[in-house]
Amino acid sequence: MDIQTLFFAVVAAVAILSGILVITCRNPINSALSLVMTFFCLATFYVMLDAPFMAAIQVIVYAGAIMVLIIFVIMLLNVRVESGKKYTHGVLIGSIMAVLLLFEAFYFLNRSSLTGARGMIDANVVQNVGHVELIGRAMYTDFLLPFEITSILLLVAIIGAVILAKKKI
Amino acid sequence: MLTHHSYLILSAILFSLGALGVLIRRNAIIIFMCIEMMLNSVNLAFVSLSKYLGNIDGQIFVFFIMTVAAAEAAVGLALMIAFYNNRESVEVEDLNVMKW
Repeated sequence: MDIQTLFFAVVAAVAILSGILVITCRNPINSALSLVMTFFCLATFYVMLDAPFMAAIQVIVYAGAIMVLIIFVIMLLNVRVESGKKYTHGVLIGSIMAVLLLFEAFYFLNRSSLTGARGMIDANVVQNVGHVELIGRAMYTDFLLPFEITSILLLVAIIGAVILAKKKI
Repeated sequence: MLTHHSYLILSAILFSLGALGVLIRRNAIIIFMCIEMMLNSVNLAFVSLSKYLGNIDGQIFVFFIMTVAAAEAAVGLALMIAFYNNRESVEVEDLNVMKW
């Protein structure tokens, strides 16, 4: 076992443990902090996969912006710690469905082969050209229309959030 | 040996954990966080396959998924605040206004 595999195993164990904590913690704040831990582990994996810009975006947007928003709402709503029954009645059925989903995904991964157009971007290209430049070049040429549509999506989200949170329009 | 397969398996495990949380928890905010976790596991699969194929397009998709997650966070949390103003609760069992 080389050092990279060992590092992957440790970080993956932390990610899965904090993922379990997200769904088992009684206090929503603890769940939110465990989710931040999972996001940081995923950022580590992005660095290992030669995608440093994605790791930066993961930390800034997810762990920074979205989780701050969620924690802010938890504190604003003053959600009490759930007393006694914290799960719904369908714990057994839900667990069975989740385990089935997991086995299905494993079967799919083991029995399928990967296809797709091979590009020529490897670690050397990312090192020499720069990841941000590669992303930017793809985003503003091939994906220009989806990028513009994204701005409309964000505008709709802003207007929707303001209208929903207002008492009287 | 560390291949893309390890990352895909980790992504499947995280996705199942998120689905489990959505199915068994009753607090709407925790369900929301579990949905975020599922989106993140899909992002991990995208980035690992992007590295495997040597193609940058998967990472562009990750960018768009993050945008959708941000929009979803804004609208979903606004919905939760509006619901809390009505019912003083964020538990999904109280979400029965439209139940016949």
